[in-house]
Amino acid sequence: MPTTLDAKGLTCPMPVLKTKKALKEVPAGETLTVLATDPGSVKDMEAFCRTTGNELLESGEEGGVFRYLIRKGA
Amino acid sequence: MTADSNAKRMTVIVTKGTLDWAYPPFILATTAAALEVEVSMFFTFYGLQLLKKDLGHLQVSTLGNPAMEMPLAGMHLKMPNMVSALPGVDAACTTMMKNLIRKKGVPSIPELREAAIEADVTLMGCQMTMDLFEWTPADMIDGVEVGGAATYMERALKADINLFI
Repeated sequence: MPTTLDAKGLTCPMPVLKTKKALKEVPAGETLTVLATDPGSVKDMEAFCRTTGNELLESGEEGGVFRYLIRKGA
Repeated sequence: MTADSNAKRMTVIVTKGTLDWAYPPFILATTAAALEVEVSMFFTFYGLQLLKKDLGHLQVSTLGNPAMEMPLAGMHLKMPNMVSALPGVDAACTTMMKNLIRKKGVPSIPELREAAIEADVTLMGCQMTMDLFEWTPADMIDGVEVGGAATYMERALKADINLFI
């Protein structure tokens, strides 16, 4: 079942911290969707994924909500 | 922090004990931990305040802080040094800051400290500071490793990033 993390309304560093925590519950190869309103999360989520070996499959914005699709690395 | 791990390491020396200056070390420590960096924080002098059980006493000060401007009714309220001498100004600024923090979704310092503990960040207290200000481990949260400069340096020498905040 796809997992979604709602980090809307939270500023740096909480979207990244909560993403890291949520990914612990996701099996390798599976995906996590993260919703956030912090504009800083766009670059931060890219940096987080690059650094931790997780893959940022999609990154988009709709109506002020940023949506990230992350595939957990091995 | 284990000596045989291949993870990157970071140390942060935390020297300031005001509500505003508590943010940079805890934000960087928790984020580094989320990026799988092994983090040690060394709390010394006023920074040691951030290890006290209750953090309700943390304040911001207008003194020596000419950059402080509080957003108020669409404008920015300057806080000249002079007003810091008035009774209640720092307390009022602290209340304003805490309200802003809540309103904007910025995490509180207790919340960030809890996140650091949860992420296995090593919290080290400066023995000399504790002796100097007559604090005991009973004043501090559990799990604090107390040590001196050499204890810090041993970690710093093995770390990839060392920050002084």
